[in-house]
Amino acid sequence: MSLLSVADREQLRTLLTGLEHDVRLLFFFRAIGCELCPDTKRILQELAEASPRVSFEELNLVLEKDRAQQYGIPDAPGIAVVRAANGVQEWDPGIRFLGAPAGYEFMSLVEAIQLVASGRSGLSDESRALIAAVTEPLHIQVFVTPT
Amino acid sequence: MSLAQRMAIENPHITAVAVEATEFPDLVRRYRINGVPKTVVDDRVEILGSLPEPDFVRSVLAERLPKDA
Repeated sequence: MSLLSVADREQLRTLLTGLEHDVRLLFFFRAIGCELCPDTKRILQELAEASPRVSFEELNLVLEKDRAQQYGIPDAPGIAVVRAANGVQEWDPGIRFLGAPAGYEFMSLVEAIQLVASGRSGLSDESRALIAAVTEPLHIQVFVTPT
Repeated sequence: MSLAQRMAIENPHITAVAVEATEFPDLVRRYRINGVPKTVVDDRVEILGSLPEPDFVRSVLAERLPKDA
């Protein structure tokens, strides 16, 4: 059964129309002790069904420890949004989601897909100039709730 | 999350993580999250609530910008 209504699915297709590059969602899960992993997988399936440009890959957090570390995913469910073509990663802009991307976070994930596909931040020239001056790692965590 | 992920798009040194607070109580305790959205930069700078783009960008970069920027 779909998590989205027919109308929502149609809207999602519209939002994901015209993506310029392929986007891959790397989904880190736990087979045991992750209550929201099955729901997260269904959400990612809905996204992948909404656009031929979007795909997802399931990675067992326990068995794929190295990749989890590489992407800085400490727990499940965790998602890294990367640009990929034919299964080969082209660009990892460092966008992650920890927790099930439900409610408000679902739209953040849709927006992340659009951003990674286009490569354009949409920020003002002034903001971009300030951000360009960052030359060392900067880690931003945004704590949110689903509603 | 929107502005944080836009900043990550702009600069390869920047990572942006959305953390669903109710699912990670350990992180909520560690960063003393009392309300959302709350943004934590490099475990040091804390920004509570949503800010307009110029204020958010400057707040996130607070420790990286020259004082007169």
